[in-house]
Amino acid sequence: MEKTNTDQTFEPKIIAFVCNWCTYLGADLAGTNRLEYPANIRIIRLPCTGRIDFNLVIKAFEVGADAVLVSGCHPGDCHYNAGNYHARRRWILFRELLEVLGIETERIHFSWISAAEGAKFQKFVTEIVDKTRALGPYRGYQSITHESEER
Amino acid sequence: MEYQEYQLRETAAKLLEEEKANVVIGYGLSKTGKVVPVFITRPEDAQKLVWNSECHQNLVVFLTRPEVKRLGKPAIVVKPCDARAIVVLANESQIMRHEVYVIGMVCEGVNEDQGRPSSRCAICYGHYPQNVDQVIGEAEDAPKDLSKEERRKTGKYQRIEEIKALPPDERLAYWKREFSRCVRCYACRQSCPLCYCNRCVADKNRPARIPTSASLQGNFAWNILRAFHLAGRCVSCGACSAACPAGIDLNLINLTLANAAEEQFDHLSGTKVGALPLIGTFSESDKEDFIR
Repeated sequence: MEKTNTDQTFEPKIIAFVCNWCTYLGADLAGTNRLEYPANIRIIRLPCTGRIDFNLVIKAFEVGADAVLVSGCHPGDCHYNAGNYHARRRWILFRELLEVLGIETERIHFSWISAAEGAKFQKFVTEIVDKTRALGPYRGYQSITHESEER
Repeated sequence: MEYQEYQLRETAAKLLEEEKANVVIGYGLSKTGKVVPVFITRPEDAQKLVWNSECHQNLVVFLTRPEVKRLGKPAIVVKPCDARAIVVLANESQIMRHEVYVIGMVCEGVNEDQGRPSSRCAICYGHYPQNVDQVIGEAEDAPKDLSKEERRKTGKYQRIEEIKALPPDERLAYWKREFSRCVRCYACRQSCPLCYCNRCVADKNRPARIPTSASLQGNFAWNILRAFHLAGRCVSCGACSAACPAGIDLNLINLTLANAAEEQFDHLSGTKVGALPLIGTFSESDKEDFIR
Protein backbone atom coordinates (compact mmCIF):
# COMPACT_ATOMS: atom_id res chain seq x y z
CA MET A 1 0.00 0.00 0.00
CA GLU A 2 1.25 3.47 -0.80
CA LYS A 3 2.60 5.24 2.26
CA THR A 4 2.78 8.71 0.69
CA ASN A 5 -0.75 9.59 1.76
CA THR A 6 -0.64 12.14 4.52
CA ASP A 7 -3.80 13.29 6.18
CA GLN A 8 -3.82 16.54 4.26
CA THR A 9 -3.91 14.85 0.89
CA PHE A 10 -5.95 11.96 2.19
CA GLU A 11 -8.07 10.39 -0.49
CA PRO A 12 -10.28 7.69 0.97
CA LYS A 13 -10.46 4.29 -0.65
CA ILE A 14 -14.01 3.05 -0.69
CA ILE A 15 -15.03 -0.38 -1.86
CA ALA A 16 -18.60 -0.69 -3.10
CA PHE A 17 -20.23 -4.10 -3.28
CA VAL A 18 -23.23 -3.66 -5.50
CA CYS A 19 -25.80 -5.94 -7.03
CA ASN A 20 -25.85 -6.55 -10.74
CA TRP A 21 -29.49 -5.70 -11.27
CA CYS A 22 -30.16 -2.48 -9.41
CA THR A 23 -27.29 -0.50 -7.96
CA TYR A 24 -24.81 -1.39 -10.70
CA LEU A 25 -27.30 -0.16 -13.26
CA GLY A 26 -27.97 2.87 -11.07
CA ALA A 27 -24.25 3.65 -11.23
CA ASP A 28 -24.37 3.04 -14.96
CA LEU A 29 -27.25 5.48 -15.28
CA ALA A 30 -25.32 8.07 -13.29
CA GLY A 31 -22.53 7.64 -15.85
CA THR A 32 -24.69 7.89 -18.96
CA ASN A 33 -26.43 10.92 -17.46
CA ARG A 34 -22.99 12.54 -16.98
CA LEU A 35 -23.59 12.83 -13.23
CA GLU A 36 -20.19 13.29 -11.69
CA TYR A 37 -19.25 11.50 -8.49
CA PRO A 38 -15.89 11.13 -6.72
CA ALA A 39 -13.44 8.61 -8.12
CA ASN A 40 -12.64 7.28 -4.62
CA ILE A 41 -15.13 4.51 -5.04
CA ARG A 42 -14.16 1.10 -6.42
CA ILE A 43 -17.19 -0.77 -7.57
CA ILE A 44 -17.33 -4.54 -7.33
CA ARG A 45 -20.31 -6.06 -9.06
CA LEU A 46 -21.91 -9.15 -7.59
CA PRO A 47 -24.96 -11.10 -8.74
CA CYS A 48 -27.10 -10.12 -5.76
CA THR A 49 -26.87 -8.48 -2.33
CA GLY A 50 -27.59 -11.95 -0.99
CA ARG A 51 -24.21 -13.00 -2.44
CA ILE A 52 -22.28 -10.37 -0.53
CA ASP A 53 -20.49 -12.54 1.98
CA PHE A 54 -19.64 -10.81 5.26
CA ASN A 55 -16.09 -12.00 4.65
CA LEU A 56 -15.84 -9.68 1.67
CA VAL A 57 -16.37 -6.70 3.95
CA ILE A 58 -13.62 -7.88 6.28
CA LYS A 59 -11.41 -8.60 3.29
CA ALA A 60 -11.96 -5.05 2.00
CA PHE A 61 -10.74 -3.64 5.32
CA GLU A 62 -7.81 -6.06 5.29
CA VAL A 63 -6.59 -4.70 1.97
CA GLY A 64 -6.86 -1.13 3.17
CA ALA A 65 -10.36 0.15 2.50
CA ASP A 66 -11.37 3.20 4.51
CA ALA A 67 -15.06 2.54 4.04
CA VAL A 68 -17.33 -0.04 2.49
CA LEU A 69 -20.58 0.46 0.66
CA VAL A 70 -23.11 -2.32 0.28
CA SER A 71 -26.01 -1.63 -2.00
CA GLY A 72 -28.74 -3.50 -3.81
CA CYS A 73 -32.35 -3.52 -4.92
CA HIS A 74 -35.14 -2.00 -2.87
CA PRO A 75 -37.20 -4.50 -0.84
CA GLY A 76 -39.64 -6.21 -3.18
CA ASP A 77 -37.51 -5.43 -6.25
CA CYS A 78 -34.93 -8.20 -5.99
CA HIS A 79 -34.26 -9.95 -9.28
CA TYR A 80 -34.18 -13.20 -7.31
CA ASN A 81 -37.23 -12.22 -5.23
CA ALA A 82 -35.67 -12.38 -1.79
CA GLY A 83 -31.88 -11.95 -1.93
CA ASN A 84 -31.99 -8.49 -0.44
CA TYR A 85 -34.24 -9.62 2.42
CA HIS A 86 -31.76 -12.34 3.29
CA ALA A 87 -28.93 -9.84 3.12
CA ARG A 88 -30.78 -7.38 5.35
CA ARG A 89 -31.28 -9.92 8.12
CA ARG A 90 -27.64 -10.96 7.89
CA TRP A 91 -26.42 -7.37 8.16
CA ILE A 92 -28.56 -6.69 11.23
CA LEU A 93 -26.67 -9.40 13.11
CA PHE A 94 -23.32 -8.68 11.50
CA ARG A 95 -23.41 -5.08 12.63
CA GLU A 96 -23.92 -6.23 16.22
CA LEU A 97 -20.84 -8.42 15.96
CA LEU A 98 -18.70 -5.64 14.48
CA GLU A 99 -19.94 -3.27 17.15
CA VAL A 100 -18.61 -5.48 19.95
CA LEU A 101 -15.35 -6.19 18.11
CA GLY A 102 -14.74 -2.46 17.83
CA ILE A 103 -14.81 -2.28 14.05
CA GLU A 104 -16.25 1.13 13.18
CA THR A 105 -19.72 0.51 11.83
CA GLU A 106 -19.99 4.11 10.63
CA ARG A 107 -17.56 3.09 7.92
CA ILE A 108 -19.94 0.51 6.53
CA HIS A 109 -22.79 1.99 4.53
CA PHE A 110 -25.92 0.25 3.37
CA SER A 111 -28.41 1.47 0.84
CA TRP A 112 -31.08 0.43 -1.59
CA ILE A 113 -30.50 2.07 -4.97
CA SER A 114 -32.60 1.04 -7.95
CA ALA A 115 -31.59 1.03 -11.63
CA ALA A 116 -33.55 4.27 -12.07
CA GLU A 117 -31.82 6.12 -9.23
CA GLY A 118 -28.64 7.40 -10.85
CA ALA A 119 -29.04 10.68 -9.03
CA LYS A 120 -29.40 8.91 -5.67
CA PHE A 121 -26.24 6.97 -6.42
CA GLN A 122 -24.32 10.17 -7.17
CA LYS A 123 -25.62 11.88 -4.03
CA PHE A 124 -24.99 8.89 -1.79
CA VAL A 125 -21.46 8.28 -3.03
CA THR A 126 -20.55 11.97 -2.70
CA GLU A 127 -21.91 11.93 0.84
CA ILE A 128 -19.99 8.87 2.01
CA VAL A 129 -16.76 10.09 0.41
CA ASP A 130 -17.11 13.39 2.28
CA LYS A 131 -17.95 11.56 5.48
CA THR A 132 -15.00 9.18 5.15
CA ARG A 133 -12.68 12.08 4.36
CA ALA A 134 -13.80 13.68 7.63
CA LEU A 135 -13.25 10.42 9.55
CA GLY A 136 -9.74 10.04 8.13
CA PRO A 137 -7.95 6.85 7.15
CA TYR A 138 -9.14 3.71 8.90
CA ARG A 139 -6.05 3.14 11.00
CA GLY A 140 -7.87 0.67 13.28
CA TYR A 141 -8.18 -2.26 10.93
CA GLN A 142 -5.13 -1.25 8.89
CA SER A 143 -3.00 -1.62 12.02
CA ILE A 144 -4.09 -5.26 12.22
CA THR A 145 -2.81 -5.84 8.71
CA HIS A 146 0.41 -3.93 9.34
CA GLU A 147 1.18 -5.78 12.56
CA SER A 148 0.66 -9.05 10.71
CA GLU A 149 3.09 -8.02 7.98
CA GLU A 150 5.80 -6.98 10.44
CA ARG A 151 5.97 -10.40 12.05
CA MET B 1 -26.14 -36.98 41.64
CA GLU B 2 -25.10 -40.48 42.78
CA TYR B 3 -28.60 -41.78 42.29
CA GLN B 4 -28.67 -40.14 38.86
CA GLU B 5 -25.44 -42.00 38.02
CA TYR B 6 -26.99 -45.30 39.14
CA GLN B 7 -30.11 -44.62 37.06
CA LEU B 8 -27.97 -43.65 34.07
CA ARG B 9 -26.04 -46.94 34.19
CA GLU B 10 -29.26 -48.95 34.51
CA THR B 11 -30.79 -47.08 31.57
CA ALA B 12 -27.72 -47.51 29.38
CA ALA B 13 -27.47 -51.25 30.11
CA LYS B 14 -31.15 -51.69 29.34
CA LEU B 15 -30.92 -49.75 26.07
CA LEU B 16 -27.99 -51.88 24.90
CA GLU B 17 -29.59 -55.16 26.02
CA GLU B 18 -32.86 -54.38 24.25
CA GLU B 19 -30.85 -53.17 21.25
CA LYS B 20 -32.60 -49.83 21.28
CA ALA B 21 -29.13 -48.44 20.88
CA ASN B 22 -25.84 -49.90 19.66
CA VAL B 23 -23.65 -47.38 21.41
CA VAL B 24 -24.12 -45.14 24.42
CA ILE B 25 -22.12 -41.94 24.23
CA GLY B 26 -21.50 -40.78 27.75
CA TYR B 27 -18.93 -39.74 30.30
CA GLY B 28 -16.43 -42.13 31.82
CA LEU B 29 -13.11 -42.03 33.63
CA SER B 30 -9.68 -42.16 32.04
CA LYS B 31 -6.82 -44.13 33.63
CA THR B 32 -5.75 -40.95 35.40
CA GLY B 33 -9.24 -40.39 36.78
CA LYS B 34 -10.18 -37.58 34.44
CA VAL B 35 -13.71 -37.39 33.07
CA VAL B 36 -13.58 -38.23 29.35
CA PRO B 37 -16.09 -39.22 26.70
CA VAL B 38 -16.74 -42.96 26.49
CA PHE B 39 -18.51 -45.03 23.87
CA ILE B 40 -20.21 -48.00 25.53
CA THR B 41 -21.21 -50.84 23.22
CA ARG B 42 -21.70 -53.74 25.65
CA PRO B 43 -24.34 -53.78 28.42
CA GLU B 44 -21.80 -54.97 31.02
CA ASP B 45 -19.68 -51.90 30.33
CA ALA B 46 -22.53 -49.56 31.31
CA GLN B 47 -21.01 -49.52 34.83
CA LYS B 48 -18.18 -47.42 33.40
CA LEU B 49 -20.50 -44.49 32.89
CA VAL B 50 -20.17 -41.63 35.35
CA TRP B 51 -22.18 -38.54 36.13
CA ASN B 52 -20.64 -35.78 38.24
CA SER B 53 -19.83 -32.10 38.24
CA GLU B 54 -16.79 -32.63 35.98
CA CYS B 55 -18.94 -33.76 33.03
CA HIS B 56 -18.60 -30.45 31.22
CA GLN B 57 -17.85 -31.59 27.68
CA ASN B 58 -20.60 -31.35 25.10
CA LEU B 59 -20.88 -34.85 23.66
CA VAL B 60 -23.28 -33.83 20.90
CA VAL B 61 -20.23 -33.04 18.77
CA PHE B 62 -19.72 -36.80 18.25
CA LEU B 63 -23.13 -37.42 16.70
CA THR B 64 -22.08 -36.05 13.32
CA ARG B 65 -18.64 -37.74 13.25
CA PRO B 66 -18.41 -40.55 10.65
CA GLU B 67 -16.35 -42.80 12.95
CA VAL B 68 -19.08 -42.59 15.60
CA LYS B 69 -21.85 -43.06 13.05
CA ARG B 70 -20.23 -46.37 12.11
CA LEU B 71 -20.87 -47.68 15.64
CA GLY B 72 -24.59 -47.87 14.92
CA LYS B 73 -27.64 -46.34 16.47
CA PRO B 74 -26.54 -43.99 19.25
CA ALA B 75 -27.91 -43.10 22.63
CA ILE B 76 -26.36 -39.97 24.08
CA VAL B 77 -26.04 -38.45 27.54
CA VAL B 78 -26.75 -34.74 27.46
CA LYS B 79 -27.05 -31.80 29.79
CA PRO B 80 -29.90 -29.35 29.19
CA CYS B 81 -27.60 -26.97 27.27
CA ASP B 82 -26.30 -29.81 25.08
CA ALA B 83 -29.86 -30.93 24.39
CA ARG B 84 -30.46 -27.65 22.59
CA ALA B 85 -27.63 -28.50 20.19
CA ILE B 86 -29.43 -31.74 19.30
CA VAL B 87 -32.55 -29.75 18.43
CA VAL B 88 -30.50 -27.50 16.12
CA LEU B 89 -28.81 -30.48 14.46
CA ALA B 90 -32.19 -32.08 13.80
CA ASN B 91 -33.66 -28.79 12.54
CA GLU B 92 -30.73 -28.47 10.16
CA SER B 93 -31.24 -32.08 8.96
CA GLN B 94 -27.85 -33.22 10.21
CA ILE B 95 -29.30 -36.03 12.28
CA MET B 96 -32.56 -37.93 12.13
CA ARG B 97 -33.98 -37.17 15.55
CA HIS B 98 -35.83 -40.53 15.88
CA GLU B 99 -32.57 -42.39 15.24
CA VAL B 100 -30.93 -40.95 18.34
CA TYR B 101 -31.99 -41.83 21.87
CA VAL B 102 -31.39 -38.79 24.01
CA ILE B 103 -30.86 -39.23 27.75
CA GLY B 104 -31.23 -35.84 29.39
CA MET B 105 -29.66 -35.28 32.79
CA VAL B 106 -31.11 -32.82 35.25
CA CYS B 107 -28.09 -30.60 35.77
CA GLU B 108 -26.99 -28.63 38.80
CA GLY B 109 -24.12 -26.99 36.96
CA VAL B 110 -20.70 -28.33 36.03
CA ASN B 111 -17.07 -27.39 36.51
CA GLU B 112 -14.39 -27.08 33.94
CA ASP B 113 -10.71 -27.18 34.90
CA GLN B 114 -10.24 -28.52 38.43
CA GLY B 115 -13.33 -27.34 40.21
CA ARG B 116 -13.63 -23.91 38.58
CA PRO B 117 -17.35 -23.51 37.79
CA SER B 118 -18.00 -23.41 34.08
CA SER B 119 -18.68 -19.90 32.86
CA ARG B 120 -21.60 -21.16 30.80
CA CYS B 121 -23.42 -22.22 33.96
CA ALA B 122 -23.58 -18.61 35.12
CA ILE B 123 -25.93 -17.88 32.22
CA CYS B 124 -27.80 -21.19 32.39
CA TYR B 125 -30.95 -21.21 30.29
CA GLY B 126 -32.52 -24.09 32.19
CA HIS B 127 -31.49 -26.93 34.46
CA TYR B 128 -34.17 -29.35 33.27
CA PRO B 129 -33.55 -30.92 29.84
CA GLN B 130 -36.12 -30.26 27.12
CA ASN B 131 -36.89 -32.24 23.96
CA VAL B 132 -35.21 -35.42 25.17
CA ASP B 133 -36.40 -39.04 25.16
CA GLN B 134 -35.77 -39.70 28.82
CA VAL B 135 -34.99 -37.47 31.77
CA ILE B 136 -32.78 -38.71 34.59
CA GLY B 137 -33.11 -36.80 37.86
CA GLU B 138 -35.87 -34.93 39.59
CA ALA B 139 -37.00 -31.47 38.59
CA GLU B 140 -37.20 -30.51 42.29
CA ASP B 141 -33.45 -31.11 42.72
CA ALA B 142 -32.55 -28.64 39.99
CA PRO B 143 -31.69 -25.06 40.94
CA LYS B 144 -34.17 -22.37 39.97
CA ASP B 145 -33.89 -21.19 36.34
CA LEU B 146 -32.94 -17.59 35.65
CA SER B 147 -35.44 -15.32 33.98
CA LYS B 148 -34.40 -13.38 30.90
CA GLU B 149 -33.86 -10.27 33.04
CA GLU B 150 -31.83 -12.13 35.66
CA ARG B 151 -29.65 -13.61 32.95
CA ARG B 152 -28.91 -10.12 31.66
CA LYS B 153 -27.43 -9.29 35.06
CA THR B 154 -24.96 -12.17 35.08
CA GLY B 155 -21.22 -11.83 34.57
CA LYS B 156 -21.03 -12.70 30.88
CA TYR B 157 -23.67 -10.23 29.81
CA GLN B 158 -22.13 -7.60 32.04
CA ARG B 159 -18.79 -8.24 30.36
CA ILE B 160 -20.37 -7.66 26.93
CA GLU B 161 -21.92 -4.44 28.19
CA GLU B 162 -18.55 -3.37 29.60
CA ILE B 163 -16.87 -3.98 26.25
CA LYS B 164 -19.66 -2.19 24.40
CA ALA B 165 -19.23 0.82 26.67
CA LEU B 166 -15.57 1.27 25.65
CA PRO B 167 -14.70 3.56 22.73
CA PRO B 168 -14.26 1.65 19.42
CA ASP B 169 -10.44 1.80 19.38
CA GLU B 170 -10.23 0.35 22.90
CA ARG B 171 -12.71 -2.37 21.97
CA LEU B 172 -10.54 -3.24 18.99
CA ALA B 173 -7.42 -3.13 21.16
CA TYR B 174 -9.06 -5.56 23.58
CA TRP B 175 -9.82 -8.07 20.83
CA LYS B 176 -6.38 -7.54 19.31
CA ARG B 177 -4.87 -8.61 22.65
CA GLU B 178 -7.19 -11.60 22.82
CA PHE B 179 -6.84 -12.76 19.21
CA SER B 180 -3.06 -12.25 19.16
CA ARG B 181 -2.89 -15.32 21.44
CA CYS B 182 -4.86 -17.48 18.98
CA VAL B 183 -2.67 -20.21 17.48
CA ARG B 184 -5.28 -21.31 14.94
CA CYS B 185 -5.47 -24.84 16.29
CA TYR B 186 -9.19 -24.85 15.41
CA ALA B 187 -10.04 -26.55 18.71
CA CYS B 188 -13.03 -24.18 18.89
CA ARG B 189 -14.27 -25.59 15.61
CA GLN B 190 -13.64 -29.22 16.52
CA SER B 191 -15.34 -28.98 19.90
CA CYS B 192 -18.42 -27.20 18.56
CA PRO B 193 -21.42 -29.46 17.99
CA LEU B 194 -22.72 -27.12 15.30
CA CYS B 195 -19.47 -26.74 13.30
CA TYR B 196 -20.11 -29.89 11.33
CA CYS B 197 -19.06 -29.02 7.76
CA ASN B 198 -17.02 -31.82 6.24
CA ARG B 199 -14.76 -29.26 4.71
CA CYS B 200 -14.50 -26.00 6.59
CA VAL B 201 -14.26 -22.79 4.59
CA ALA B 202 -11.11 -22.01 6.57
CA ASP B 203 -9.42 -25.07 5.06
CA LYS B 204 -10.27 -24.18 1.50
CA ASN B 205 -7.30 -22.78 -0.34
CA ARG B 206 -8.41 -22.37 -3.94
CA PRO B 207 -9.04 -19.55 -3.38
CA ALA B 208 -8.12 -19.06 0.29
CA ARG B 209 -11.10 -17.27 1.83
CA ILE B 210 -9.22 -16.20 4.92
CA PRO B 211 -5.47 -15.96 5.64
CA THR B 212 -4.46 -19.34 7.05
CA SER B 213 -1.44 -18.27 9.08
CA ALA B 214 -1.80 -17.42 12.75
CA SER B 215 -1.20 -13.72 12.07
CA LEU B 216 -3.38 -11.11 13.69
CA GLN B 217 -5.07 -10.50 10.37
CA GLY B 218 -5.84 -14.17 9.89
CA ASN B 219 -6.96 -14.56 13.50
CA PHE B 220 -9.45 -11.72 13.16
CA ALA B 221 -10.77 -13.12 9.90
CA TRP B 222 -11.10 -16.61 11.38
CA ASN B 223 -12.76 -15.58 14.62
CA ILE B 224 -15.23 -13.32 12.84
CA LEU B 225 -16.00 -16.10 10.40
CA ARG B 226 -16.45 -18.69 13.14
CA ALA B 227 -18.67 -16.45 15.21
CA PHE B 228 -20.83 -15.40 12.31
CA HIS B 229 -21.31 -18.90 10.95
CA LEU B 230 -22.85 -19.63 14.34
CA ALA B 231 -25.08 -16.55 14.36
CA GLY B 232 -28.57 -17.55 15.41
CA ARG B 233 -27.36 -21.15 15.83
CA CYS B 234 -25.01 -21.13 18.83
CA VAL B 235 -26.64 -22.65 21.91
CA SER B 236 -24.13 -21.12 24.36
CA CYS B 237 -22.85 -24.49 25.52
CA GLY B 238 -19.41 -22.92 26.03
CA ALA B 239 -17.51 -25.80 24.43
CA CYS B 240 -15.38 -23.38 22.38
CA SER B 241 -14.25 -21.38 25.41
CA ALA B 242 -13.49 -24.57 27.32
CA ALA B 243 -11.47 -25.98 24.42
CA CYS B 244 -9.42 -22.87 23.65
CA PRO B 245 -5.81 -23.53 24.74
CA ALA B 246 -5.06 -19.80 24.63
CA GLY B 247 -7.89 -19.07 27.06
CA ILE B 248 -9.75 -16.71 24.75
CA ASP B 249 -13.34 -16.35 25.89
CA LEU B 250 -14.76 -17.17 22.47
CA ASN B 251 -18.21 -17.73 23.85
CA LEU B 252 -18.38 -14.00 24.57
CA ILE B 253 -18.54 -13.24 20.84
CA ASN B 254 -21.11 -15.95 20.23
CA LEU B 255 -23.16 -14.73 23.14
CA THR B 256 -23.20 -11.26 21.60
CA LEU B 257 -24.82 -12.69 18.51
CA ALA B 258 -27.14 -14.97 20.46
CA ASN B 259 -28.16 -11.96 22.49
CA ALA B 260 -28.83 -9.93 19.34
CA ALA B 261 -30.87 -12.79 17.87
CA GLU B 262 -32.96 -12.93 21.03
CA GLU B 263 -33.44 -9.16 21.21
CA GLN B 264 -34.12 -8.49 17.54
CA PHE B 265 -35.88 -11.64 16.38
CA ASP B 266 -37.00 -13.29 19.62
CA HIS B 267 -34.99 -16.30 18.46
CA LEU B 268 -33.46 -18.57 21.07
CA SER B 269 -31.56 -21.26 19.22
CA GLY B 270 -32.38 -24.89 19.98
CA THR B 271 -35.53 -24.28 21.96
CA LYS B 272 -38.03 -24.95 19.20
CA VAL B 273 -38.28 -28.25 17.33
CA GLY B 274 -38.70 -27.65 13.60
CA ALA B 275 -37.67 -24.00 13.77
CA LEU B 276 -36.27 -22.58 10.54
CA PRO B 277 -32.73 -21.24 10.69
CA LEU B 278 -32.57 -17.56 11.63
CA ILE B 279 -30.22 -16.70 8.79
CA GLY B 280 -31.68 -18.37 5.75
CA THR B 281 -35.14 -17.05 6.43
CA PHE B 282 -36.35 -13.48 6.58
CA SER B 283 -39.30 -11.34 7.41
CA GLU B 284 -40.45 -8.43 5.30
CA SER B 285 -40.74 -6.43 8.50
CA ASP B 286 -37.07 -6.81 9.54
CA LYS B 287 -35.75 -3.47 10.71
CA GLU B 288 -33.78 -1.40 8.23
CA ASP B 289 -33.01 1.80 10.11
CA PHE B 290 -29.34 1.43 9.12
CA ILE B 291 -30.09 1.19 5.39
CA ARG B 292 -30.41 4.38 3.38
